[in-house]
Amino acid sequence: MENPVKDPTADLAQKTDLAQKYAHIKGWGIDADPKNDPTYPIKHRTDAEQTGYSWERPTQQPVDTEILRSIERPNISAVFGTSSPPSGLSGAIRRYAFKYSESEYGHWLPLILADRVNAVEGIIDDIKQGHIPNIFAERGWKAQWQHNPKGLARKVLIGAAAALTVYMLVTRNDNDDDD
Amino acid sequence: MNYRGPQRVRVSQKPMPEIKHPEDAIVRVTRSCICGSDLHLYNGNVPDTRVGTTFGHEFIGIVEEIGPEVHKLKVGDHVIVPFNISCGKCHFCRQGLYGNCHESNPQATAVGGIFGYSHTAGGFDGGQAEFVRVPYANVGPTVIPPGMDPDDAVLLTDVVPTGYQAAEMGGIQPGDTVVVFGAGPVGIMAARCSWLFGAGRVIVIDQYEYRLEFVRNYAPCEAYNFREMDDPVVFIKKATDWMGADVVIDAVGAEAAGSPLQTITGRKTLIQAGSATALHWAINSVKKGGIVSIVGVYGPTDNLVPIGNVVNKGLTLRANQASVKRLLPRLIEHVQNGVLNPKAMITHRVPLEDAADAYRIFSDKLDNCIKPVLIPPSARI
Ligand SMILES: NC(=O)c1ccc[n+]([C@@H]2O[C@H](COP(=O)([O-])OP(=O)(O)OC[C@H]3O[C@@H](n4cnc5c(N)ncnc54)[C@H](O)[C@@H]3O)[C@@H](O)[C@H]2O)c1
Ligand SMILES: [Zn+2]
Ligand SMILES: [Zn+2]
Repeated sequence: MENPVKDPTADLAQKTDLAQKYAHIKGWGIDADPKNDPTYPIKHRTDAEQTGYSWERPTQQPVDTEILRSIERPNISAVFGTSSPPSGLSGAIRRYAFKYSESEYGHWLPLILADRVNAVEGIIDDIKQGHIPNIFAERGWKAQWQHNPKGLARKVLIGAAAALTVYMLVTRNDNDDDD
Repeated sequence: MNYRGPQRVRVSQKPMPEIKHPEDAIVRVTRSCICGSDLHLYNGNVPDTRVGTTFGHEFIGIVEEIGPEVHKLKVGDHVIVPFNISCGKCHFCRQGLYGNCHESNPQATAVGGIFGYSHTAGGFDGGQAEFVRVPYANVGPTVIPPGMDPDDAVLLTDVVPTGYQAAEMGGIQPGDTVVVFGAGPVGIMAARCSWLFGAGRVIVIDQYEYRLEFVRNYAPCEAYNFREMDDPVVFIKKATDWMGADVVIDAVGAEAAGSPLQTITGRKTLIQAGSATALHWAINSVKKGGIVSIVGVYGPTDNLVPIGNVVNKGLTLRANQASVKRLLPRLIEHVQNGVLNPKAMITHRVPLEDAADAYRIFSDKLDNCIKPVLIPPSARI
């Protein structure tokens, strides 16, 4: 966080350069007040603000797993996490999402969809590995039973009512078809 | 800890993390917390939260192994690990924006790398585990000073800096009236720290009596329940001589309650990136020309907020993920000098194996929970 421009004369020279560069614009910089910076102290001015993507980059972590890269950057960041690389149908949806920038719904909505698909894939994987997920335990129903049995009962009732409604709608449609 | 889908987590064995980069360290976790931010993940509201990932961005632990280029830490050091992953070299880190590093997250440019916070924040496994890979170990991790309680130390990874920065970003002038929405750990700390910047009056708004009671004594401050108000904005106007507060802090974020429209569009259907009720109230209850400081976390798409009022009232909005490394030296001092007492917020100490229950308790605010800490088996002996 130290100021990379250590030589104050260099700083001055840079400003004079700018003044010359914009000499054709009448009034350029006459009221500039670098101290009027509402970003301080959240962000320190370093007088290197205009130097762009020029820092000495950290060593690159070897890219030995599939990383989906935001198209708003030119490279993969020097380090990255390697948890859960994209896989299966959710992975395909994620790859598609990364064709779009972070500014697009085309990026985020498919990612949310992929997350939901991924949860189903997770259950299928569990079963394939001979593990029936204990969804009650995963949802922390033990704690809920202990501290909020009424809330849990309400949840179960709402769930059962919803299931019953769906069941009735489905069977009614069946009857309609028979007619 | 292993995420399986919305509101489903379990604890299972995963391979031991490895050094993947010369500046990596492997840390054996001694404490990790569940945070309000984890609830956005837990509820499935953060895009690209992949099944099988481990959450946890608030943890301390003992250095177990170091990469060849790590020279600031040695094996055996007990360290505070800031929640943000920062390289220390990029344009943003050099400006002190350690929460906005450009070299720790390939998946998104708007957010820096965060431990255990989805692939949108870099795809790193987090600290609700026994071992974690910690990148840039020369930059973030800070050795816990001798004598500091680990329960204080673990809250220095996020909650304390975030609350402090919320107040700092408020640009509080001596005597200012500060309103804090949210009496979770972050809001509680923001209220406490507002005094450090010279606030003249601090008011906290939440819906849980037990949290309001806590913050009333802890900050200390005024605290009111929005469930008992017809309209929180009018309430604050009245309480501030019809002017509005000088500074309003949003310490709630995407899980906000209080408006059915926001809840349905922001939390149930994800039409917007979380429910923006608290931010909406913040904008409308601050004074003209005032400052709204946002540390509540929202998703990456869009939110319904009265931006027209921001213009008409001439507001300044300031927001960020806390820059933990920038603030740590000062905050360690505050804890050591007894100015801040973070561990008083810890209400639950839970074995790591019971993470699913801890999530439920914190998410539903059961058993008067303020802050739960998970303790791995190796740290319990
Ligand atoms: N910017 C950062 O660096 C950073 C760091 C940590 C946490 N956070 C964010 O801070 C927020 C709070 O975290 P926490 O751990 O304190 O969470 P928490 O869930 O414990 O607390 C949130 C509180 O807000 C209250 N609330 C809900 N709707 C409200 C409303 N409309 N008005 C007032 N209060 C309302 C809830 O009752 C709850 O007590 C989260 O959004 C979290 O993601 C940000
Ligand atoms: Zn946190
Ligand atoms: Zn950086």
